[in-house]
Amino acid sequence: METIKQHTNTKENQKAHQASGSIAVIDALLSENVDTIFGYPGGAIMPIYDALYDYRDKLHHILVRHEQGAIHAAQGYARVSGKTGVVFATSGPGATNLVTGLADAMIDSTPVVCITGQVFAHLLGTDAFQETDIVNITSPVTKWNYQITDANEIPEVLAKAFYIAKSGRPGPVLIDITKNAQLQLFDYNGYKSCIHVRSYRPKPVVKPEYIQAAADLINQAKKPLVVFGQGVILGNAEKEFLQFIEKANLPTAWTIMGMSAIPTDHPLGVGMVGMHGNYGPNYLTNECDVLIAIGMRFDDRVTGRLDKYAKQAKIVHLDIDPAEVDKNVLTTVPVWGDCKETLPLLTALLEPKEHKTWMQEFQDKMQYEKEVLIDKERFPETEELTMGEVLFELNELTHGNAVMVSDVGQHQMVVCRYSKQNQTRSNITSGGLGTMGFALPAAIGAKFGAPERTVVAIMGDGSAQMNLQELGTIMQFQPNVKIIILNNQFLGMVRQWQELFHERRYSFTDITSPDFVQVAKGYHIKGQKVAERSELKKALTEMLASNESYLLEIMVAKEDNVFPMVPQGKGVSEIVLSKDQI
Amino acid sequence: MKQEYTITAYTENQVGILNKIAIMFSRRKISLESLNTSPSEVENIYRFTIVVKESESVVKNLVKQIGKIVDVLKVYVNTNDEIIWQQIALYKVPTEIIMKEAKVERLLRAYGANAVVIRNDYTVFESTGQDEEINKLLSELHKYGLIEFVRSSRIAIMKASEGIHKSILELEKNDPTKDPINNEFLSLKSKIFQM
Repeated sequence: METIKQHTNTKENQKAHQASGSIAVIDALLSENVDTIFGYPGGAIMPIYDALYDYRDKLHHILVRHEQGAIHAAQGYARVSGKTGVVFATSGPGATNLVTGLADAMIDSTPVVCITGQVFAHLLGTDAFQETDIVNITSPVTKWNYQITDANEIPEVLAKAFYIAKSGRPGPVLIDITKNAQLQLFDYNGYKSCIHVRSYRPKPVVKPEYIQAAADLINQAKKPLVVFGQGVILGNAEKEFLQFIEKANLPTAWTIMGMSAIPTDHPLGVGMVGMHGNYGPNYLTNECDVLIAIGMRFDDRVTGRLDKYAKQAKIVHLDIDPAEVDKNVLTTVPVWGDCKETLPLLTALLEPKEHKTWMQEFQDKMQYEKEVLIDKERFPETEELTMGEVLFELNELTHGNAVMVSDVGQHQMVVCRYSKQNQTRSNITSGGLGTMGFALPAAIGAKFGAPERTVVAIMGDGSAQMNLQELGTIMQFQPNVKIIILNNQFLGMVRQWQELFHERRYSFTDITSPDFVQVAKGYHIKGQKVAERSELKKALTEMLASNESYLLEIMVAKEDNVFPMVPQGKGVSEIVLSKDQI
Repeated sequence: MKQEYTITAYTENQVGILNKIAIMFSRRKISLESLNTSPSEVENIYRFTIVVKESESVVKNLVKQIGKIVDVLKVYVNTNDEIIWQQIALYKVPTEIIMKEAKVERLLRAYGANAVVIRNDYTVFESTGQDEEINKLLSELHKYGLIEFVRSSRIAIMKASEGIHKSILELEKNDPTKDPINNEFLSLKSKIFQM
């Protein structure tokens, strides 16, 4: 605040002082301990950028190359750090370029605050230059949004924005500020953070009778299965969760969004559920007697065909968002609440159990999957490299300590199936929306959010070309990001479906790529291309050892498929391990 | 099975709240039978009354989603037997015919319709009631040269409701600035705790 006052007309003996709306925005960010902003300037947000100029030492602004890059970077930042990501964009196209990222952050519950400039209030609704109705455009893809037309509203609305984005089930918030409000001088009383909004309940009331009922079910269960999602990470409840599963030795599977909340090699971990998850947890979902779902939302990619999903099981569902309970799968016992609060209550009521024979079923299934599938990808007999072996090689070198940022498609499934992750907030991927082009900007944001960690972005040749311009951001701001492009010269996942379900009619999935290493070179980013198995380890080692960003293009088999697979429209126990089974 | 449900949502007085509620329906391709916005018994709190024909499970999920909108304070859903509801209708009929035909006047009286405006050329009647009675009168008046007709959306009072006053007090009471939460009760598993 001291520094802010120097730039405003402090009147003696008066608490309030004159400040511009823009200064109030900057002060709000400083007060919320924001250290990094991802953004792109433009006409309607210039007053805020002008105010930022004096605070550029405290508020590290990363100039992206496209606003979509800004919001994905903010998401990556938020996902690794647990802090709220902040985005600046101008009105019109600047704001509309945020829409994909907002939808992504909405469906993956990522706390992001976007501040967009807007035309002068008197021009609203006149089709003014770069005017767009961004509040209405973004209503379905934001947790909350609001347009400010008067500077007096700025402190309170921004406080509310940060509170809503981060509390309860997190999500993106967009605040649109007209240019006149940014310029307007008003009596500024300082920033007061928000801790309550009358019409907003971040957490439901916990009902102990349901905790008891849930504990009874789990205690009686002969074949319990825990499936957890990102809720465990968002609730910072990793420790509470481990205590919960370890007390009763509960076999535990994760969703793509929950991955890394427990170490991937935890003895109770039985793998990933979902369309390309592991054989055991998918198959045995339809054999468990009690399914304990924690901080997950029964996405269709997790459940497969709903009327064939865990029909034999009693369902216990822990979630902070009451709207998720009974949305897709009817619950036997709903446990509403923040799992950081509900898990310890539940753990206290659990009876220690072994579940050895039941656990053995998962281990047998995993062994089977390993033999018929995983080992073949890890130690292929073909000349061509597989995506799987790249991941296993990478695990050896990172020891599972890297942040893995994946894009969308086959490589994403391979990353989530095979990468070893020892610590929480290591798996950054676009889970719900499946946004190609997510990884490169998200990795940039992740590096700024966790500078001490190794950040590896893994992309396909298709997704790499979707936000490739962000190499420019890397060039300018030098985050040390490792970029791996697994190039199979196809839009691999769509091609896989075409092969399996459309009689190999490869309709527009054969995508050509530039020489990625040359492109990187153009951005002064080091890199190399690998096509031979013998070069792989050395190249990965060089990439990881490099003290700056590095791009590694790896040519992999053109027509490999990701298995296992729960084909669309099939139940989870109809999971197949090869294409002959389809 | 689809049936009529009346959704009552109390909201803050915010520009754009209508859109935020409306997109909850349009996204799921649910059409609104009727929608009314009005003030409530509490100043600055608005009351939306929305009627849909849907199955119970769809409505339940929908209502939970509406409840998640930040500016929505409370949402209720009721079947028709749980509410007192009314609509108002206006009918414009040529005055000449009413003067000539005594049965029209009898008809209007039978339906409890009142004249709002009487002019030489036309008369406007209003009647209050539920769809059925309003529609019946409408079809009757068609026979007598009905010129114009309009019907309002449904407004409803919940039989079991104690109003929003109490809820508001409760919601405001949960303001942690006024009533700080004590997290230590977490170890006391028998106590219900509020956030």
